[in-house]
Amino acid sequence: MELICPAGTPASLEAAVEAGADAVYCGFRDETNARNFPGLNFSREELRKGIAFAHRRGVRVLVAINTFARAGAFGLWQAAIDDAVAAGADALILADLATLDYAHRRHPGQRLHVSVQAGAANPDAIRFYAENFGARRVVLPRVLNVMEIASIVRETSCETEVFVFGGLCVMEEGRCSLSSYATGQSPNMNGVCSPASHVAYSERDGRIDSRLGGFTINSFGKDEPAGYPTLCKGRFATPKGSGYIFEEPVSLDAAVMLPALRDAGVTAFKIEGRQRGRAYIAGVVRSFRKILAAIDEGRSPPAASLMAMAEGQAGTVGAYRKGWR
Amino acid sequence: MSDSEMTGRSAIPPVLPPVLARAVAPLPLGPLQPVLALMLHRISRMYPDLYSRLGEHADKRFGIDPTDLPFAFVLEPRLRQPRVRAVRTLPAGLDASIRGPLSGLVGMAEGTLDGDALFFSRILWVEGDVAAALALRNAIDDARIDFGAVMFGHFGPLGRRLGDALRRQLQARRTVSGAETWS
Repeated sequence: MELICPAGTPASLEAAVEAGADAVYCGFRDETNARNFPGLNFSREELRKGIAFAHRRGVRVLVAINTFARAGAFGLWQAAIDDAVAAGADALILADLATLDYAHRRHPGQRLHVSVQAGAANPDAIRFYAENFGARRVVLPRVLNVMEIASIVRETSCETEVFVFGGLCVMEEGRCSLSSYATGQSPNMNGVCSPASHVAYSERDGRIDSRLGGFTINSFGKDEPAGYPTLCKGRFATPKGSGYIFEEPVSLDAAVMLPALRDAGVTAFKIEGRQRGRAYIAGVVRSFRKILAAIDEGRSPPAASLMAMAEGQAGTVGAYRKGWR
Repeated sequence: MSDSEMTGRSAIPPVLPPVLARAVAPLPLGPLQPVLALMLHRISRMYPDLYSRLGEHADKRFGIDPTDLPFAFVLEPRLRQPRVRAVRTLPAGLDASIRGPLSGLVGMAEGTLDGDALFFSRILWVEGDVAAALALRNAIDDARIDFGAVMFGHFGPLGRRLGDALRRQLQARRTVSGAETWS
């Protein structure tokens, strides 16, 4: 079982490697990846050095080029693919059919992974990517329970990678337009959900109001844990009452599901959070490394308390156990 | 959260004892200004990559407000002529302000605490230009600034030992309740 860890900066990449990552994923400092936040990501030179650092320690580097290319600007995505390959990337994480097609034709030996942003959630879709573009692995959308994942593993030859910790999206990955609606920018096209340039906070009497693109989307009480300023985790007034209608500000924490996911045939476990600091990355990676080691040795996994790191300071196993069914 | 399995929570870095804040409150800020200026000069010289991450935000004015101290800082990182000064209260017109206990701000700057986690737990608070604040946070996190070396490096091995001792003091205070330390 591989542990795939995030890195938004060279320092985070080193922290992930030193904490026990099997592979680190990262992206360029532009709109070609889905974490295009201020001060984050890698220059070409930083990526080259980061890959060399990781390889010296036997760790692979996966480069996320997982946004959907803008019409008329495909050269930016082509350059990202070419430069990642030239830097020695072990795999490219792609979502757009055009980028998959380009990478497959231009760099036929390059390992390709299908990003979660592609929303490939059934055997037919996964086979399509494998057969047409030679995709070797698919990152499964966070919409499937363990039985469904096991079924996909049985029915396809593609490796599977699943998220086990970190921020959750609503179940429309790669197709969500909430951020676009409020700000004109989305993770799918611009690489940024709820861009910081469109976020504002205000405080009154201990309450924090968060606004996105001019819309007030949440208000946190004095001691209430806060969440990211995304519309999906906003509170809405409806005829039936006010509250969260898409999802609550909680993080995925599937540590207790790891044995079941392993038994389902999953190849790799992924930690979300390229936008987080190296303290998060080192802490979460180290914790999951210990859990995986315990599972490998047949021991009970050590109890981990990572909720201090989590959005909303709370965790959920998400769709892996669909209690609402 | 009926469909989810909620797990535990809580993380509270300590605040400085109020008696300490009261003790330093009457002291003049004047002697602090050249020390701060020297520190910022050393940081900008020792960590030039900060500026490529800050990008367009390097020319903005940031307020850094340790809420458990009776003064705050105005930071202008600018590549040429960076400026920092201590103030009793943050002035109006800043581009972005970051507020939180000193241990939280230092921990975030040193990379031992995660800024998002501090925000989720309501320990850290950002006002104004969130993109600028985010760029500053990410640039500092990547720079791995050794504040001990910045403050005491020019005093040689003795200064470095003093810096290490101070860092250990701060880290000893900065533990997460019910969990191992964050790094």
